[in-house]
Amino acid sequence: MFNYTVRRLLLAIPTLIAISLIIFLLLDLAPSDPTANLPLTIPPEVREKIRQSLGLGDPIYIRYLLWCKQFFINEPLNMLEQWLGWGAGDRLRVLSWQTRSPVVDLIVERMPQTLWVVGMSYVLGVLIAMPIGIISAYRQYSWFDQIGTFISMVGFSVPTFFTGVLVIVIFSVWLGWFPSIYDTTHEVTDWPSFWFQVKQMIMPVSVLALFNAAQISRFMRASMLDNLNQDYVRTARAKGLRERSVVMIHVLRNSLIPVVTVIALGVPQIFGGAIITEQVFKVNGLGQLLIISIQGGDLPTVQTLTFIFAVLIILFNLVADILYGILDPRIRYD
Amino acid sequence: MKARALLLGTAAALAIVPAALAERGSDGEVKIIYWQAPSTMNPYLSGGTKELEAASLVVEPLARYDQGGNMVPWLVDTVPTVDNGGVSSDLKTITWKLKEGILWSDGTPVTSADIAFTWKYCADPAGGCAQSEKYNDVTDVKIIDDRTVTVEFGVPKPFPYGPFVGAQAPIIQAAQFADCLGAKAPECTDANFGPIGTGPFRVTEFRPNDVISMEANPNYRDPAKPAFATVTFKGGGDTASAARSVLETGEFDYAWNMQLAPDVLSNMEAAGKGKVVSAFGTLVERIMINLTDPNPDLGDERSTKAHPHPFLSDKAVRQALSMAIDRELLVEIGYGAAGKPSCNVLPAPEIYKSTANDGCLVQDVEGAKKLLDDAGWVPGSDGIRAKDGVRLSMLYQTSTNAVRQDFQALVKQWWADIGIETELRNIDASVFFGGDPGSPDTFQKFYADVEMYANNFDGTDPEAYMANWECKQAPTPETQWQGNNMPRYCSEEYDALVAKMAQTGKLEDRAELAKAMNDKLMQEYIILPLVDRGRVSAHSNALGGVVMNVWDSELWNAADWYRAKTQ
Repeated sequence: MFNYTVRRLLLAIPTLIAISLIIFLLLDLAPSDPTANLPLTIPPEVREKIRQSLGLGDPIYIRYLLWCKQFFINEPLNMLEQWLGWGAGDRLRVLSWQTRSPVVDLIVERMPQTLWVVGMSYVLGVLIAMPIGIISAYRQYSWFDQIGTFISMVGFSVPTFFTGVLVIVIFSVWLGWFPSIYDTTHEVTDWPSFWFQVKQMIMPVSVLALFNAAQISRFMRASMLDNLNQDYVRTARAKGLRERSVVMIHVLRNSLIPVVTVIALGVPQIFGGAIITEQVFKVNGLGQLLIISIQGGDLPTVQTLTFIFAVLIILFNLVADILYGILDPRIRYD
Repeated sequence: MKARALLLGTAAALAIVPAALAERGSDGEVKIIYWQAPSTMNPYLSGGTKELEAASLVVEPLARYDQGGNMVPWLVDTVPTVDNGGVSSDLKTITWKLKEGILWSDGTPVTSADIAFTWKYCADPAGGCAQSEKYNDVTDVKIIDDRTVTVEFGVPKPFPYGPFVGAQAPIIQAAQFADCLGAKAPECTDANFGPIGTGPFRVTEFRPNDVISMEANPNYRDPAKPAFATVTFKGGGDTASAARSVLETGEFDYAWNMQLAPDVLSNMEAAGKGKVVSAFGTLVERIMINLTDPNPDLGDERSTKAHPHPFLSDKAVRQALSMAIDRELLVEIGYGAAGKPSCNVLPAPEIYKSTANDGCLVQDVEGAKKLLDDAGWVPGSDGIRAKDGVRLSMLYQTSTNAVRQDFQALVKQWWADIGIETELRNIDASVFFGGDPGSPDTFQKFYADVEMYANNFDGTDPEAYMANWECKQAPTPETQWQGNNMPRYCSEEYDALVAKMAQTGKLEDRAELAKAMNDKLMQEYIILPLVDRGRVSAHSNALGGVVMNVWDSELWNAADWYRAKTQ
């Protein structure tokens, strides 16, 4: 298992380098201009000067190598030096074109709200989905299963930009219960401020959780159904095991294998943020950072963000494979 | 009973205290929402409106424009003019004298060295200063004494109010930005995110593209202002939700740039929590006519002067295109209170506004048909007019934007009514306005017969704007397709007017020249103005003191804002 993990990690390095090059080329070849969104009153000569100052005058391979140097060498070294207090740690970092500030700082700044809102909705979605999936499968075609199916179809097919605006209109505009705009500067220090944090998270979290739960509960249900009709279940029942142990221990554990893979592979999406939901509720997390960087032609930010997503996807693929082995003793990689 | 009466009396007395007696920071927090989030607080590193306006709460120019477009002294006592001796008679120097006792928010005095430094900062060629246009032709900024500077120009400047005037050219602190000149500019993140200024507020926390927290500047020159102790400047989301947060839920006090369908906005306003305010500047939505042939067969000479347009070089066709348009209807559908029909490409300020072209306000389909008939363009079997084998069939391009696509559909219909065939095309704004010489889809290349977009000019002086249609401003392959003369208009007469304006200092004469230029463009039908687009914002009923301003930052008078008592 250990050898396997190391081998996979080593193999990931050339993969990631190739990915970074492909992302860079894709972004660079696509038509985009960081000065395009400036008012037309800014004359072309000035625009050209701005582009030059952003380094756009250099040939493409120099810009790629520069990004690699800034991201793979300067950033980690700066971080190390600052932690250990060795040096100044002031090598040139990857700078965003829009804000002219280090991209990594932007990402770190946006991490908390994304993890809180999108992460919480994922956890909540999983927690809701598992019991619904289990019960729906166990009591297939019961009224509970029918309602569960209906809700997950709704959650699955109605887009978040619709449900998001709908809940804002109902709970912010009509009832006035929750704020429609997320306050990213809010700090939880005591009970009232915690309550405020809960209030501002309820709407985005539940909109996203509905979407996540819909997806996962269907997987859970299908997987449970596959297992419930297997021979080993009949054997377990024939041996006189309590129904509870049959379902919750034997069937559930076996059904979890494919579901865990789906859940693990969904984790990188949390870091990707929920672009639409973040926009609707003004959460301003990583998803919103990505979308405005794309709109603003801010290549270093888009490049760095998408590359980090690529790293996470590869990493969680590995995690899913390892979890597979733990859940199913028959699977051994060595 | 007595105590209660006393209490009531005190309450009543408090309620009628006028805003003028409020002291600094007495009104708590003001919450502003911009649906486009500011990326930096340094206006010299970003030309975007959102950044300029956010920064205008913190950094200030020497003089700025009020809601009427008049220049008002801001950090100085008087605006220098030729009459008061501040501007030399050869129009080559202007001398500014700072007000006495102005302090930066860190408590140090503002001096002429800061002003001179600001020029050096923006003029540095390696810095990529987005506002360097404002400092064009400045050869030196001489420090006369602690509070006086003389700006020297290399050429006579009839309008010497580019440097240090308006939200685009505020004064920054020399001490803070000393190490940030040229290529170093982007690396000064702390300074760019938290500039020290003279404005009513100072930055306490800046989260790029998200939220800015500010507090009242303790060293602001008026001890009673600002009334608000803190500002929360939230960015992001979309226009509709920003409008909702002010007009419907009342969570925010001020929302910027409410480009929404007129009926959506009025429905929201009906909730009664706030109101929509608008003001009109120089932004005109217009159709540009290509006087050169965009035929793809011409290769490198496509859309260049080498080949005149097969039918748009005929003035009768251009005039018919203009006559067929119902501008009132366009306004009603696209902009509501945020627009008015315009027959001038230079619609404001008032002294520059021509009345010679107002005939275009009325749609005249029959007149347009007759004009085309008289010019020999007769309808063929398919209803499309033609002459000598040239069919009136056009490509009409614009950027992707719901209102613009509505406009395209309407205009296409009207032009079809007079026998002109139109093919529509829309291009993503970042490509269309991107100016990438490698892309065939930019508005400069103009590989179409007509195109539509909006443009305006900064401040109140139209000299540079009207010079856009000089012969040499036409984009060509030789100039990497740079230039603002999209129609490729070329007239010696017009160029002479431009040259004359560059040497005329007297305001009335300048106004006459600007009007003459506008009329020439309009009467030649080179540009078809459609809608004068106003700026629309919304503020809650609980926010007082808002004076909408299109000539400067909308937040120009935030020092005077106060918490209004709501009934």
